[in-house]
Amino acid sequence: MKLDLRLPIGLLFSIFGAILVVYGFMSPAENYRQSLGINVNLYWGVVLCAFGGVMLTFALRARSKAP
Amino acid sequence: MILITYFSFVIGIGAALKRGMKSSNDFFMSGRNIPAWIAGLAFLSANLGAQEVMGMAASGAKYGMMTSHFYWVGAVPAMVFVGVFMMPFYYGSKARSVPEYLKLRYDEKTRTFNAFSFATMTVFSSGISMYAMAKLLNLLLGWNFDVSLWASAAIVLAYIFLGGLTSAIYNEVMQFFLIVLGFAPLVFLGLRDVGGWSGLVSRLDLVATQSHNLAGQPYAAGAWVSAWNHMGTPGGNPMGVESFGMVMGLGFVLSFGYWCTDFLVVQRAMVAENEQAARKVPLIAAVPKMLFPFLVILPGMIAIALTFKAGQTGFSLPVKGNAYDYDMTIPLMLKHYFPTGILGLGLTALMASFMSGMAGNVTAFNTVWTYDIYQSHIAKNKSDAHYLWMGRMATVFGTVLSILTAYMAVHFNNIMDMLQLVFAFVNAPLFATFLLGMFWKRTTGHGAFFGLLSGTFAAAMHHGFTVPIGAESLFKGGWIGPVLHTYPSEMAQNFWTAIWSWTTCFAVTILISLLTKRIKSDEDLRGLVYSLTERHSEGHLPWYKRPVYLGALILIAVTLLNIAFL
Repeated sequence: MKLDLRLPIGLLFSIFGAILVVYGFMSPAENYRQSLGINVNLYWGVVLCAFGGVMLTFALRARSKAP
Repeated sequence: MILITYFSFVIGIGAALKRGMKSSNDFFMSGRNIPAWIAGLAFLSANLGAQEVMGMAASGAKYGMMTSHFYWVGAVPAMVFVGVFMMPFYYGSKARSVPEYLKLRYDEKTRTFNAFSFATMTVFSSGISMYAMAKLLNLLLGWNFDVSLWASAAIVLAYIFLGGLTSAIYNEVMQFFLIVLGFAPLVFLGLRDVGGWSGLVSRLDLVATQSHNLAGQPYAAGAWVSAWNHMGTPGGNPMGVESFGMVMGLGFVLSFGYWCTDFLVVQRAMVAENEQAARKVPLIAAVPKMLFPFLVILPGMIAIALTFKAGQTGFSLPVKGNAYDYDMTIPLMLKHYFPTGILGLGLTALMASFMSGMAGNVTAFNTVWTYDIYQSHIAKNKSDAHYLWMGRMATVFGTVLSILTAYMAVHFNNIMDMLQLVFAFVNAPLFATFLLGMFWKRTTGHGAFFGLLSGTFAAAMHHGFTVPIGAESLFKGGWIGPVLHTYPSEMAQNFWTAIWSWTTCFAVTILISLLTKRIKSDEDLRGLVYSLTERHSEGHLPWYKRPVYLGALILIAVTLLNIAFL
């Protein structure tokens, strides 16, 4: 019955991260003038993916330990 | 796109949890099996409504680094106290709500008084938060006010209706991560733009020397970047408060009153899986709480620094009347620094914070309504399924009431101001009642009840006879008659109202308790009063798992932070 909360958190942030990374690659450089020339979509997308990935890893590991 | 993904997750969690909701205990108390880290983050997140995020950024702009007092003085010590000293009673007494604890410790009338004032307050605060959200979405994105109001209410309703408190708690944890990860890049970009911390300091010195207090004198150069240095006199700092009023009013009365007795947050700790975990909940929450100023206050400080050099930065806060419209700080900063893409993430974080505040109120409301009003006064001894049904109905009912409140806020802003004032009066003395109840077994039900009433009365009186400088409406004070004292700021007046109210409640409760007969025997009070509760030995635990040591560590850390930003 119990839902491991790390699973939805991991999924959500991985998806957010993926969206941002893709968007970061596609959008032109002048979009980033307001963010001081840094492609924040790309970089922060990577951070979000990493966070989501860590959460997912923990959740899946816990799941495989206790079937 | 990000927004839609988020909303489908939110509802999905509710749906996934629905299968586990078999009894009222599952619905209201999450079956008491929430792990400590989840409950801890929810404890923090329930308090982290949007008013908090946007309000603290606004204060950051208005008062600078002193805003950190709301965290390092006005929250962390109280959180440690509730974890170390108070949770054993709340958890051990098996009370299902804070009013129910009052019933067990005192009597029915004290409980009913608290239950009614609390239930009304939750509905109003969730209504006001919905109103603020709909207005913001309208202003920022041009969304229709009614649509945003009803849609957001529907989403919150859906996930609570399905999954009860567990669903609200799970979503709060998710909202916590969203808020942190959504605002962190804003702080990074902002700090980089102003030239790091040292750049910010030098720009804020400019802000301080170019602003002036109500007496017309400019502030000392460091007034926006130090938390304590300018608190010797109220006129020396932008908040207009002196250290004693700050420490006693905010640090003691208001903050302990909120963190120790407000069911909205305490509920999150009460559902932890065991007493050990319940005591750790507020301690776990205290750690991120300690670091939150950097996330929410810094953007405000950066915003005001940029505004004073508007010609070069292109950013400035809008002007409202003869002051800046500080409340727009966070939304405008998001728009200024975030390009499309990550802007979606920032806005989602903002909406998440609105919804977590709203959901917290709704879950606290349905519990108090069902257990403390419905079960104890309207329909006793019904089946559990009946109360579960009632809880779901109360959720719908509470949400509808909040929507009505939101519309009321549109048309009668003054009424809202007045109601918030009344709640402030009712809440201020509450901590005295709990403190005496938990540590002095002689305190009686009559003492508690009349102590609370007189504390509320004292707050109203104090507010009625004093005004802050420059008050224009009677809502700010002085509505009774001659003004006996003028405070240098509204904040100072609030703090002193709380101090008066608390002291009166404390004194009257003791007096009446001594005059009335004690009804509850030692046996009745076992588990409710400190001296009559046997304490579980924690000697077998390693030190880092013992609440007392953890609490002490947190206090040391927060002291160091205060010294660092002296």
